[in-house]
Amino acid sequence: MEYEPVIGLEVHAQLLTNAKIFCGCSTKFGAPPNTHTCPVCLGMPGVLPVLNKKVVEFMMKMALATHCRINGECCFARKNYFYPDLPKGYQISQYAAPPAEQGWIDFLINGAKKRIGITRIHMEEDAGKLIHDEHNPASYVDLNRTGVPLIEIVSEPDIRSAEEAAAYLRRLHEILVYLEICDGNMEEGSFRCDANVSLRPRGTETFGTRTELKNMNSFRNVQRALEYEIKRQTYVLDAGDAVVQETRLWDDTSGVTYSMRSKEEAHDYRYFPDPDLVPVVIDDAWIEAVRNTLPELPLEKRERFVREYQIPAYDAGVLTAGRALADYYEEVVRLSGQPKIAGNWVMGDVLRFLNEDKKEIRDCPIAPAALAEMIRLIQDGTISGKMAKEVCEAMYRSGKTPGAVIEEKGLVQITDEGALTGTISEIIGKNPAQVAQYRAGKEKVFGFFVGQVMKATGGKANPQVINDLLKKMLAGAQ
Amino acid sequence: MELCGLTIHELQEMLRAGQTTSAEITASVFERIDAVENRVRAYITLMKESAIAEAARADEVIRSGEMKALTGIPVALKDIFCTKGVRTTCGSRILHNFIPPYDGTVVEKLRAAGAVITGKTNMDEFAMGSSTETSFFGVTRNPWDLARIPGGSSGGSAAAVAADECIASLGSDTGGSIRQPAALCGVVGLKPTYGRVSRYGLIAFASSLDQIGPFTKDVEDCAILMNVIAGCDPRESTSVPEDVPDYRTFLGRGIEGWRVGIPKEYFIDGIDPEVGAAIRESIRVIEKAGAKCIEVSLPHTDYCVAVYYIVAPAEASSNLARYDGVKYGFRSEDNRDLLDMYKKTRSSGFGEEVKRRIMIGTYALSSGYYDAYYRKASQVRALIKRDFERAFAECDCILTPTSPTPAFKVGEKTDDPMQMYLSDIFTISANLAPIPGMSVPCGYTTSGLPIGVQFLAGHFQEGRLIQIASAYESQAKIERRRPAL
Repeated sequence: MEYEPVIGLEVHAQLLTNAKIFCGCSTKFGAPPNTHTCPVCLGMPGVLPVLNKKVVEFMMKMALATHCRINGECCFARKNYFYPDLPKGYQISQYAAPPAEQGWIDFLINGAKKRIGITRIHMEEDAGKLIHDEHNPASYVDLNRTGVPLIEIVSEPDIRSAEEAAAYLRRLHEILVYLEICDGNMEEGSFRCDANVSLRPRGTETFGTRTELKNMNSFRNVQRALEYEIKRQTYVLDAGDAVVQETRLWDDTSGVTYSMRSKEEAHDYRYFPDPDLVPVVIDDAWIEAVRNTLPELPLEKRERFVREYQIPAYDAGVLTAGRALADYYEEVVRLSGQPKIAGNWVMGDVLRFLNEDKKEIRDCPIAPAALAEMIRLIQDGTISGKMAKEVCEAMYRSGKTPGAVIEEKGLVQITDEGALTGTISEIIGKNPAQVAQYRAGKEKVFGFFVGQVMKATGGKANPQVINDLLKKMLAGAQ
Repeated sequence: MELCGLTIHELQEMLRAGQTTSAEITASVFERIDAVENRVRAYITLMKESAIAEAARADEVIRSGEMKALTGIPVALKDIFCTKGVRTTCGSRILHNFIPPYDGTVVEKLRAAGAVITGKTNMDEFAMGSSTETSFFGVTRNPWDLARIPGGSSGGSAAAVAADECIASLGSDTGGSIRQPAALCGVVGLKPTYGRVSRYGLIAFASSLDQIGPFTKDVEDCAILMNVIAGCDPRESTSVPEDVPDYRTFLGRGIEGWRVGIPKEYFIDGIDPEVGAAIRESIRVIEKAGAKCIEVSLPHTDYCVAVYYIVAPAEASSNLARYDGVKYGFRSEDNRDLLDMYKKTRSSGFGEEVKRRIMIGTYALSSGYYDAYYRKASQVRALIKRDFERAFAECDCILTPTSPTPAFKVGEKTDDPMQMYLSDIFTISANLAPIPGMSVPCGYTTSGLPIGVQFLAGHFQEGRLIQIASAYESQAKIERRRPAL
C-alpha cells in the first residue's frame, strides 16, 4: 500500500540572553563544569526563581516572526521527573496557557511554496549535562547549562516528507538566527529537534500510530532518521503488524532508530502551575515595542534584494543566508553603487576565502568600504579585473585598504598611451617575423604581441589600451 | 529576672542605658540553654561560638551609638532557614549534613539588624506536623509540661522562646506552624500575609502557603521583629511590593469602635472546654477594650482541612523531589544503579509523615486525577478566600481559638494522622486565604497549660493584628508566668 507520512516537529532553541532564565548566571557555552552556577540554578533548598524578562522578549520575537497569536497572560508549570541533570527534580516549563499559539511559516521546496502551522511556542529552562567516565563506572553532572533559557516551537502535523521536515527546520533555524535570539549551533545543542512521525494510507485523513524520534543533531540526520523511520513503519504496516507508540533514538553511526521507551513506560510529568512564579502579563504596548525591534526577515529581504538590486533570485538567496552577510553586501552596494558587481565579489572571492578559513562574515578582514573602493578602482580602470583578484586576496590576508595593497605591489594599471607607445614600437622592432605574419593576415599572432607587452610591463598595462594601440601601430607601420 | 527572661524592648532599654551588654545577655541565654536544653530539646544546632563573637561586635556597635533594630539581641532560627556555612537540616535525615552556601533573605535581614543568632531550632521534618515529633533529631518537649508536645511544626522555635533559651525566634507557618505552637507554648506568634516576608532561603514545604513569622514574648517584640523581616524581595517573584508600615506605631492605639467578627463555624463540638472558656473570656476582654463583637460566617470552613491536605502535599511532592542523593545531603550506600539510589535514598532519608504526604501529593497531581483533586482544591481555595473578603467587609478583624486543645501528650496522636491534622483546623484557613493571623496568650488551663487566642485580618493588615493584640494584651493583663523547668 502507498502511505503518506505525517510529521510534526518539536524544536528546542537555546536563547542568546546573557543571563539564565531564572537567575543571573551566565549562559556562555564551554566554561569549566559547574562554574556558571549559583544556588538558584543548582536547585539548592530554599531558592526561588525570578523570570528574566529578556527571555519573554526573545520568545515574543519568534512568535511575531512566525505569525503567532501572543496571549495576554501565560503561566509557568512544573514538569516533574527524576534525572541527575535536573537538580530540582522538575523542569520549569509552560503547559496550559502557552504564551504564543497558532502561527505559521512559509518556505520554498522544489520551487513550490509550503506553509507549516506552528501549534505553540513556550519558554522553559534547559537541564544540565551528564558526563560519563569511559574508564570507570561513574557519571558526573555539569550544571552550567541548567537554567539556560529555551523556547520550544511545536509544529502542526503538516509535514509530509523527510525532505519537507529538513526544509522546515532550515527555515526555522534561519529565522532564529536572523532574529539573533539563538546561535543555531546544532553540534553544541543550541538548536535541537524531536520528530513525531506516523503513516496513513494515502488519501485517508485519520492519523496512524506515531513514534517520537530523538537524538538527531543535524538537519541531515533529521532527514535520514525520518527517511529510515518512514521505511521502518512501512515494513511494519506492510507485514500486517501495528506500529507501537514509543520513543525511538536515532543512531547516527548505524543509521537506524531503536526503541528507548514504550508508551507504558512514558513519564507522568504531573504538570501543575509553579507556585513560585506569578503569571506573565503581556500587554499590547509590550508586543508593539518588541515588534518595532524585529529585523527584516530572510524571505522579505530576499524578495527586496531581487526587486531593489535587480540581482537573480539565486544570488539574493545566497546573500541573505545570514543577516550579517546581507548587511555586509548592502553596505558594499551603498558605497559602490554596483549591486551586481558587489554581489559577484561578495559571493565569489569573499565567501570563498571565509569558507576556506571557516570564518564568519563578521570576522571578514575586508571592510565593506574597502571592497567598495576596490570596485570603484576597477570601474575607473585603475586596476584590471585580473589585478583585482590579486588585490582582493591581499586585502583579505592583510586587512589593508586596496590603495595600500596596490601601492605595495606596484599594481597600478598603465593606461598612459605615451608610455606604452614606446614599449610597443620596441616590441614591433624586435619581432619582424611575427609582424610579417600578422600583416599577412595571421591574426592569431596578435595575442603574441599582447603577451609581449604584458610581459614588458609586468602585467600592469591596461588590456584595452594595449589592444587599441597595438592594432593602430601594427596597422600604421604598414 | 535573669536577662534571658526579658523581652527585646526591655533589653534594648537596658542596652541603651548601659545597664547591660549583649555579651551578658548572650551569656545568660547560653547559661539557660545549658540548664534546660537537655530536657526541652528545642535546638538541633547551637551556634554558641559565633553568637559570642556577634555579641562582642554588637557591643562595639552599641558603644559607637549606632544601635540598630536588633543589635545584640539573641534570636533563634527554625532549622528551615538556610544559613551560610551552618548546617540546615529541616529536621530531616536527608539533609542531616547539608551546609547551605548562602543566607536566606530573613537571615540576611536579621544579621543586618544586628541580631545575635543563637542556633537552629527543632521542627517537624520538612515542617510536616503539628507536634515536632517527626523530626529526625528527636522530639522537642513543651516547657510547661515536659510530657507534652510544644506544637508544630515550629515547636523548637516556640519552646525556645517559652523556655527563655532565646529572646525571640523565627518560624514558618504553612497551615498553623507558627500560631499553633505559639498558643501551646504561651508565646506570641504571627504569620504574615503571603508575600509580606520573603521566602528566599526558606526551605519550601508548600510554596503557595509557606510564610515566615516571629515568635516573641509579647506583642511589642512581635512588632519589632516584623519591622526587620517584612518587605518586598527582588529574589522572590511572589513577594508583594506593598508599603511596610512601622509596626510599632500600632501599639497602644486601642480598638475603640472596632467590629470584631466571631465566625460561627469555628465554635465546634471538638473544642476543649477550658479553651472554649478562655476564648469566651477573650471576647469579653475585647468588648471591654471598646470593640463590638459580631457574628460572621465563613461558610466554606468545613473544606479547609481537605483543601489543605491536597494543595500542600501536591506542592510538597514536587518541592521535595530535589532530595535525590545526587548533589547534597544523605545518599544511600551500595546502590545497584541510579533508580536503586533514588529509591533507597528517599526511602531511608525521609520519615513516615513526609513519605505519606509525598505519596498523597503525587497521587493528587497524577494524570487523570489532577482535575478531581488539585484543580478542584484550587477552586475551593478561591471560595475560602472569598469567604474572608466578605467577612472583612463587615468587620475589622476576626477572633477565633488558635488550637482546639491545649498541648497534648507526646505520642498521643502520632498513630492517627487525621487527629493530628485536626489540630490545625483553625489556622489552616489563613494560609489558604492567604491572610495574616496571630496567636496571643489568653490564659492557662487549670493544669497550667497555656491557651492562645487567634486574630485574623485582611491582606497586609498585620498592623491591625498588632493593634488588636496590643489592646488585648493590656486589657487582659494575662499574668506573665515562667515555666517551671
